[in-house]
Amino acid sequence: MEEKELLPHLFRTEYSKITAVLCKLLGFEHLDIAEDIASETFLSASELWGLKGLPENPAAWLYTVAKNKAKNHLKHRAVFQQKVSVQLSQAATSELPELDLSARNIKDSQLQMMFAVCHPAISLESQIGLALRVLCGFGIEEIADAFLTSKDTINKRLLRAKERLREENIAIAFPATGEIPNRLEAVLRTLYLLFNEGYFSASHDHSLRKDLCLEAMRLTFLLTEYEATNTPAVNALIALMSFQASRFEARTDASGDTILYDDQDTGLWDNDLVQQGEYFLNLASKGTVASKYHYEAGIAYWHTIKADTPEKWENILQLYNLLLTVEYSPVAALNRTYALSRANGKEAALQEAKKLSLNDHYQYHLLLGELYAGVDNRAARSSLEKAMALSHSAADKKIITQKIQQLTETD
Amino acid sequence: MKNFLFLYRSDFSSAAQRSPEEMQNNTKMWMDWIGGIAAQNKLADRGNRLEQAGKVVRPNNVVTDGPFTEIKETLGGYTVIQASSLEEAAELAQGCPILAFGGNVEIREISVL
Repeated sequence: MEEKELLPHLFRTEYSKITAVLCKLLGFEHLDIAEDIASETFLSASELWGLKGLPENPAAWLYTVAKNKAKNHLKHRAVFQQKVSVQLSQAATSELPELDLSARNIKDSQLQMMFAVCHPAISLESQIGLALRVLCGFGIEEIADAFLTSKDTINKRLLRAKERLREENIAIAFPATGEIPNRLEAVLRTLYLLFNEGYFSASHDHSLRKDLCLEAMRLTFLLTEYEATNTPAVNALIALMSFQASRFEARTDASGDTILYDDQDTGLWDNDLVQQGEYFLNLASKGTVASKYHYEAGIAYWHTIKADTPEKWENILQLYNLLLTVEYSPVAALNRTYALSRANGKEAALQEAKKLSLNDHYQYHLLLGELYAGVDNRAARSSLEKAMALSHSAADKKIITQKIQQLTETD
Repeated sequence: MKNFLFLYRSDFSSAAQRSPEEMQNNTKMWMDWIGGIAAQNKLADRGNRLEQAGKVVRPNNVVTDGPFTEIKETLGGYTVIQASSLEEAAELAQGCPILAFGGNVEIREISVL
């Protein structure tokens, strides 16, 4: 790796590790201090490495500096506390804990941090923001770009979330055995949204979006390394992410515009990720309970097969039927109706589409445009025009314009 | 929104003689129908099938096998759906696959205790 690329790369991989371990040592109420120490460590690195060249083992160098900075901080804190609080016993402060940056403790700390950050006490979007900052080492500017909002908004959001975690006295610890299912569900939901944020974001920063997806996958992998969290749902989520990510390079063109599934170059689909998905989907099928991630992974699996067969669409339809019985979402309802048109025909799908009451969604009219095409082209056109009026992003408008053009050509 | 119980009744005695294809097709009809209700965000609880074996306990230690000695029609399952009125609930029950097999759907509003 080039020297100038190394530091940003290390920042991405090591910042979150150092922060997690520090934060576990200092307690969540000192998350800011943990972040400061981690940031100062990287500042020292950028100053010294520029002058003296790279150390032999850059990551180990960072750990040593972080350890020293942590020790200094604890020493100052101990002195301060002794001066302020006379009750403090001598024994409690005479021995300073050592910062344990072993591979095991890094993983443990990150996992526990994941449970703390994904705590139901804070809002979902704050959880995602905090996860990106603390668990993935993303900069505020990058997070703002991913959410298509301002740095100011993100800063405020993170500040509020940290306050909330302090108020609630959330510990950086593995949840009690009885709490694991519920807490794990919250973690999975956040990781799922984190992945989707990268996968479906309107941000044109391609590499940032990919990083987001990869980070979500890395954190989900981490869960499989612990017996208590290596559940079928976790494996199903990795399978889902792998299948989706396999099309990552095929779904945008050079200018960052979306390429629809039907128009994608399958040569750009990543076969290794497809196989990885199949491997984890197999592991996920152990056990008796199917989560929504199982159904979504199943749907994603069928999308890795390009050839249109009745079997493919029948399976996708049934998986959407099951997904909807577990959890309703407008997107699932619309996709289910599209699958219905492929499996049972456009007439059946049109009848069902009319019952959906999703008039406010541009995607609903886009779907109607699709279903009416070839059946009633005038209705198709007017649906697409409604979709156009309701859509906001330039990318969506571009796709709708293309569809209107295709309709005119076939008339 | 109120919750309504759908009770599916039919003569299930012929169900055992169905071929695998018929059974598969039957499952698809049910899933497509339930999926359609779920896609409207009107499914509260997918419910369950009911086994045909049953007992009825009456006063004076009288226990009989099943309520269905005289009638062929039995309860085969239930679902809980959401609707704004009994009329809307009845509208949703149209298209239930059980109707195609000579069965019926009884709809009852759930009054929460």
